[in-house]
Amino acid sequence: MAKLESRTPAGDLPGKWRRHKAEIRLVNPANKRKYEIIVVGAGLAGASAAASLAELGYKVSTFVFHDSPRRAHSIAAQGGINAAKNYQNDGDSVHRLFYDTLKGGDYRSREANVHRLAEVSVDIIDQCVAQGVPFAREYGGLLDNRSFGGAQVSRTFYARGQTGQQLLLGAYSALSKAVASGGITLNTHSEMLDLVVVDGHAKGIIVRDLVTGQISRHAADAVILATGGYGNVFNLSTYARGSNATAIWRAYKRGACFANPCYTQIHPTCIPVTGDYQSKLTLMSESLRNDGRIWVPKRKEDRLKPPATIAESDRDYYLERIYPSFGNLCPRDVASRAAKRVCDEGRGVGASGLGVYLDFADAIGRVGEAGVRERYGNLFDIYREITNENAYRDPMRIFPAVHYTMGGLWVDYNLMSNLPGLFVLGEANFSDHGANRLGASALMQGLADGYFVIPYTVGDYLATQKPGSRPKVDAAEFKQAEEGVALMTSHLLTIGGKEPVSHFHKRLGHILWQYCGMARNREGLSKALKEIPALRSEFWANVKVPGSGLALNQSLENAGRVADFLELGELLCRDALAREESCGGHFREEHQYPDGECKRDDDNFGHVAAWEYAGEGREPVRNVEPLNYETVKMSVRNYK
Amino acid sequence: MSTTTFSVTVRVWRQPGPGQPGRFVEYPVGGVNPDMSFLEMLDVLNDGLTRSGDEPVAFAHDCREGICGTCSLVIDGKPHGPHHGVASCQTYMRSYKEGDVIVVEPFRARPFPVIKDLVTDRSAFDRIQQAGGFISARTGSAPEANSVPVPKEVADLAMDAAQCIGCGACVAACKNSSAMLFVAAKVSHLGLLPQGQPERDKRVLAMVSTMDGLGFGSCTNQYECSAACPKLISHDFIARMNRDYAKAVFRSAFRPVAAGAGD
Repeated sequence: MAKLESRTPAGDLPGKWRRHKAEIRLVNPANKRKYEIIVVGAGLAGASAAASLAELGYKVSTFVFHDSPRRAHSIAAQGGINAAKNYQNDGDSVHRLFYDTLKGGDYRSREANVHRLAEVSVDIIDQCVAQGVPFAREYGGLLDNRSFGGAQVSRTFYARGQTGQQLLLGAYSALSKAVASGGITLNTHSEMLDLVVVDGHAKGIIVRDLVTGQISRHAADAVILATGGYGNVFNLSTYARGSNATAIWRAYKRGACFANPCYTQIHPTCIPVTGDYQSKLTLMSESLRNDGRIWVPKRKEDRLKPPATIAESDRDYYLERIYPSFGNLCPRDVASRAAKRVCDEGRGVGASGLGVYLDFADAIGRVGEAGVRERYGNLFDIYREITNENAYRDPMRIFPAVHYTMGGLWVDYNLMSNLPGLFVLGEANFSDHGANRLGASALMQGLADGYFVIPYTVGDYLATQKPGSRPKVDAAEFKQAEEGVALMTSHLLTIGGKEPVSHFHKRLGHILWQYCGMARNREGLSKALKEIPALRSEFWANVKVPGSGLALNQSLENAGRVADFLELGELLCRDALAREESCGGHFREEHQYPDGECKRDDDNFGHVAAWEYAGEGREPVRNVEPLNYETVKMSVRNYK
Repeated sequence: MSTTTFSVTVRVWRQPGPGQPGRFVEYPVGGVNPDMSFLEMLDVLNDGLTRSGDEPVAFAHDCREGICGTCSLVIDGKPHGPHHGVASCQTYMRSYKEGDVIVVEPFRARPFPVIKDLVTDRSAFDRIQQAGGFISARTGSAPEANSVPVPKEVADLAMDAAQCIGCGACVAACKNSSAMLFVAAKVSHLGLLPQGQPERDKRVLAMVSTMDGLGFGSCTNQYECSAACPKLISHDFIARMNRDYAKAVFRSAFRPVAAGAGD
């Protein structure tokens, strides 16, 4: 059994991080340059960590599978970043941001981590402004804020609808500066395919150069994974096509525990699937629900009729009907599940039957088309570009889509996994969002981890490692790991089956979406746990990966990633089956209140489930870290 | 929403590796749905090629929502295809009809060598960025965010420039393979803001000299760059950068700039 010690500092909650920083070990400036740190990934968490660690004097090597660190999918985040600045004088505070985030996560995150996140949020804004991030401003020149879900204050900083892009380019510029000064060695087109563990400590990685196919060994004193979430296990999602779980999954198979894989976030307002060829789902900002009304026809026979011909009395504004007090603005998970239910009843709209209307007719009647255009014009443009439909005239069609994963590798308060020397940042870890993430909190967490947590906590580990003591790359562990990677690569190339990788990824996605998506139950999960291993066997017998391993080969890259998803998908279902409660994004149909709300079971499941790999073909071990709340009382989350 | 599908022919640039000769190869693609994105049409082509034992066409892509800057196709001679203000991934098959022959090439520019098929190496952009595309602000040393007000008009203009997704379409569209729009966008974004003033001269000199050193050509004011830009970044920023550059050269004649800049 893995040892899961959260290492949460003692004492009162608001003072924990301050005291911890004062008490943890330091590495003296002259010694920092003797330590090498590998950072995998260059999204908000990875780029900010690499830049900050290089500034401290550590020797940093950054590895990204993209052609440039600026491509990481943090770039696509639209809405904004939360920070407890209280610039609006509306009663915000570190405590409120902490509390909102903890409650939003349905009381399944670690109190101390969330509090620290809220504390450093204010420093993030200062840092980003100093780097030149062009946040929205008021006419007086001061920073502007907007409101977001799950909060009663206005604390979200934004740069038009491209906040993630601007924050990432800020971190990328800091990283670029460090590359120029020699503090960071940048390795692009470099995919981590294994973690090297020596004497129980993470001491290196095995990398495949995606252009030349060359496999290489890299040793370090510590390894940081900031490789993002695993939502593409569902195939269709709002993630980038390249987003993958290979780095964290292979670390899991080397002994790092995987926490709460079943906590996945499904966003209610995305543009629906149009066909089997679809590769990508696009988000339409949640803000549209402020003015749009969601409905489907009352009768299934009407579902293909032009919406304008369906009489008002034949429409079912189901959110307003079922949730009269919150109506169209009910929480994300509730809205998503309700859309699924009406589509399951056969009343979904559009050719696929998987869609509901988001109708602006009332809003246009109230404020005019120009008024709606002023508020949401860019979103209507995106909608038109993708669907070729005019949403000012006909209602939008929307459907929920996979958007974020709250689960990830288990980490302690220092963001170190149970494998000493392995640190995990950003969406790749599990620590801050519990069972549901609030909007504008992902950017906050990525940058908190990279700019303001890891620069302190990595030293606490390195101080226990003698400078120059890292293993050489000719050590047996490196050789063995490299051989494993080479073997898997050549195996994939020689299966010689009939179907492309996408065939298996799509089928895996169908299984997960059906049985482990917005609503889950014992029967469906049990079915998925039979179907996924069968699909995995089929993959290894019938996948076709053309081309060579010694050149750019996108089929080979995808094959490795999908092979990992085929394993991770099973763990996701296993975790969902074991968690006999509903909380946040994890909804078990067996555990709900009569009104369809999540029914948590704090006595039996008020804990983190951290899965430990037990070897090929053996059931993983479910370790438990109890969640001890010292300040907040776990209560029923009620937004009604 | 239409459900009738159609067939097209794609003439695709195939090149096995860097520096190797390439050629156009024609492939029929059937079952094209007008709601498909252009890249999804290529996915369909590639799955078919894989099933028939051929190697799929390599093309760069990632977010498929027009923001990561990875996709980089020249479609019928136009970087990012027929429509203004969108990336290749935001081009949809409803722009085409039964029987169309569509020519697909990589971005062509000497500083962007082809890696394979439609994938090019755009790391030159990273090197320009590393030369000076930043404001030095060590983590932890930043002043309170609202201590330096920035007029809204200035912040908005900086944001117009900062939107650049670093795709390189501006270079591909330019007959001289000039990277002026890319560099001007970064120089203007940072140079407009008060935080960017201390390094303003050094930045523009270093970025321009690195750009020149990497083999990008000169600007001859044809503005093909801004026409091809998926974010429609204005060529006015080029004029702004030229002014910045001239001032920096002038000032540096009297006041030496740091080593490495403008050498």
